[in-house]
Amino acid sequence: MTQKKKPLFLSWLQLRKERARLLVAIAGISFADVLMFLQMGFRGALFSSAVEFHHSLNGEIVMLSSRSRSLISLDRFTERRLYQAAGITGVASVSPIYLNAIQWRNPENKEIWDIYAIGINPEHQVLNIPGVEANREQLRQPDTALFNLGSRQEFGAIAQQFQAGETIITEINERQVQIQGLFKLSPTFGINAYLVTSDINFLRMADFRQGGLIDVGVVKLQPGADVQAVLTEMRSRLPDDVKVMTRDDYAKAEVAFWNASTPVGYTFDLGVVIAFIVGGVIVYQILYSDVTDHLPEYATLKAMGFRDRYLLMVVFQEALILAILGFIPGTAIALGIYRITNFATMLPMAMDLGRIVFVLILTAIMSSFSAAMAMRKLQAADPADIF
Amino acid sequence: MQPIISVRHLNHYYGQGSLKKQILFDINLDINRGEIIILTGPSGSGKTTLLTLMGGLRSIQEGNLSILEQELLHATKEQMTLARRSIGFIFQAHNLLNFLTAYQNVEMALEIQDITAAEADTRIRAVLGAVGLEHRMDYYPSGLSGGQKQRVAIARALVSQPKIILADEPTAALDKKSGRDVVEIMENLAREQGCTILLVTHDNRILDLADRIIYMEDGYLVNSSNIATLVQ
Repeated sequence: MTQKKKPLFLSWLQLRKERARLLVAIAGISFADVLMFLQMGFRGALFSSAVEFHHSLNGEIVMLSSRSRSLISLDRFTERRLYQAAGITGVASVSPIYLNAIQWRNPENKEIWDIYAIGINPEHQVLNIPGVEANREQLRQPDTALFNLGSRQEFGAIAQQFQAGETIITEINERQVQIQGLFKLSPTFGINAYLVTSDINFLRMADFRQGGLIDVGVVKLQPGADVQAVLTEMRSRLPDDVKVMTRDDYAKAEVAFWNASTPVGYTFDLGVVIAFIVGGVIVYQILYSDVTDHLPEYATLKAMGFRDRYLLMVVFQEALILAILGFIPGTAIALGIYRITNFATMLPMAMDLGRIVFVLILTAIMSSFSAAMAMRKLQAADPADIF
Repeated sequence: MQPIISVRHLNHYYGQGSLKKQILFDINLDINRGEIIILTGPSGSGKTTLLTLMGGLRSIQEGNLSILEQELLHATKEQMTLARRSIGFIFQAHNLLNFLTAYQNVEMALEIQDITAAEADTRIRAVLGAVGLEHRMDYYPSGLSGGQKQRVAIARALVSQPKIILADEPTAALDKKSGRDVVEIMENLAREQGCTILLVTHDNRILDLADRIIYMEDGYLVNSSNIATLVQ
């Protein structure tokens, strides 16, 4: 037997001995991780839901009023701008979209809620949403609409009843409207539910809106057309009461609006920072008292000829073990809460690998930093003092 | 033969500036291989300071001190750490790691030695057997008596087969019987391994176990002729 002696796993043996302290540390780190996951989850859900509409637009270029900022902060422009753009080389087709919150009466309890109505030309494929595409032609009939599958309970159990084959007729801004189909679009922090209807039906329901003044123009290009060249041409030909941008930039602008012009982005970022600090303080407390309790033993080890580095590694390993042991239940609990939140709010709370890795790295940094702070106490372990 | 510990004109001070106080005065001492020496004297006479200097636990300020032919004056931290690896320390408090079993506590001393797994296991079992703890190997210190803990500490100091053992009041916390047992075990093991023991103690009950007794008072070594009268 020439196998070298395996080193003692001192950090783990030390952590394991104090069960109560270990559990407190794991609970503390799990708690911090759950907080971080939730803040990031809400933030992610906010942004991905906020731009689902944008990404569904069937066109490379989007035209907006120069004063539009977000789906919840819109301004109108004349659709003549859109038809002006139709003449530009490279443009295949243009489609107007009307958007407005309209009063929806819950057919079950007659309560009135604002629903976000999208008015499209039923002859065009304007939205790349399967449920809309499948039922678009039915919107040619007067007083018809498609209802949002992911909408909140407040609007009534429309989807379930529709799927059960019932005829659903309800009042939208005091007009009787029949639901002809369902489509899927997640609610956002600003919009609880969507309704898709034809432009003509939209103007009937939203009788306060004037035909010809639209909210969004969708521009579809010919295959192979240069998006930037068309954009440049549009900007030079169109007056500055409208702005044009790519569909991706449109989505980015929506995210930027939520991030910068509302407190939402900041709130969630701050939440992550606070969770990070809370977790860090917990790990520091645990490691500090652990090091303090074992100071005479550490001094003994130094006297026996162990280098400082060995002891630093022990504390550092303890921090990483705690980080991993806290991270596993933290992630599991966060996944559960994502599910519950998703179910209760219909927000698209989704975990992705990138976020898991990010939180793991944050946890490791948090623990290592706390370990580094606690290690300063190790300097107090003077081997000359133990005699 | 070269002495295993050699001390020449050693002075040591505590404190800075006007509070500076001399603790050791011109210590000269040679200790040979295999000797068992008891260092005794009243509290505050500087015994422990001398012991920590010999053990490489404090830096030498003035004079020369060499252990195992290595000069400790101006030694770096790393040199002192390495020098300590050939010394077995036994402390007044056992200073065992409370989260390790008796076996693992002894094993710790071999963590910094280059040794095979089989050799380590053989040595740990042998030394714990020698201190009479073969049936307590998997006990944590909290489950052992004071004497048993001190015996684990001795096993830990001896398992790496050090050339020198430095012990500070190893019997202070023990009753007469276990105190004497502990020192006898130490002595037997040391004689088997041919190692040198320097033992600081107040305990008159164990003075007869020494080859030589050194008496210290107020920071001076008192010359040996006087000691003879002292012991009687």
